[in-house]
Amino acid sequence: MPTAPDAVFRSLADPTRRALFERLSRDGEQTVRRLTDNAGVSQPAVSKHLRVLKLAGLVRARHRGRQTHYAAQPRALAPLVDWMSFYSSFWHDRFDRLEGLLTRMDP
Amino acid sequence: MTTDATRSVVIEREMPFPPEKIWRALTDGVLMKQWLMDNDFQPVVGKRFNFRATPMPRWNGVIDCEVQVVEANRTLSYSWSSLGVNSVVVWTLSATTGGTMVRMEQSGFRADQQANYDGASYGWSQFIGGLERIIAGLR
Repeated sequence: MPTAPDAVFRSLADPTRRALFERLSRDGEQTVRRLTDNAGVSQPAVSKHLRVLKLAGLVRARHRGRQTHYAAQPRALAPLVDWMSFYSSFWHDRFDRLEGLLTRMDP
Repeated sequence: MTTDATRSVVIEREMPFPPEKIWRALTDGVLMKQWLMDNDFQPVVGKRFNFRATPMPRWNGVIDCEVQVVEANRTLSYSWSSLGVNSVVVWTLSATTGGTMVRMEQSGFRADQQANYDGASYGWSQFIGGLERIIAGLR
């Protein structure tokens, strides 16, 4: 399941692939055809980009009839996220809220 | 980067309140919701519970936890798993002359889970910022 950060980076370095991935993250599962409509490149090119994203674990393909549906797999991004700085700012914020709550609470 | 070394986030702050009051805020689910997140926490060792953040596209906002240590007014610990990152949160309260030293340590981050990118040189920072919001949904 965990993907090497390098593979994830390389696959997202391409702006067309990045746009495809962001669109799937935002709008949910879609067919190649629908993705092609807005991608500005041909359907074979979109399919090729989707294969690269799939190899990096960033998308999942589901075949239904003659259509292939693709969905984003944000979990694959986990190796890219700086969890320590993310949680550091998260907990600083929550400490502030905790202190605010304690001030309002009955003794 | 395949080392097993783990790292932690530590935050310490002295608060002008007695440990008993802070303990209540740390362990009462209704109060926890007000400063941390919605939850079904109970201060019972072995109890599995969830924190629930606002769901995001492709993430249901659920953090899986299990209570590990409950020592009233002193130590509270629970595991914290979300999006493939498994960590442990430990709260420690120590009385001081002016109130209580509150210490939170979240540990278990593996070296290969952190900062594997150079935001500036790749021009990634903005992109990653957006992705962090997509997958985390925690503010």
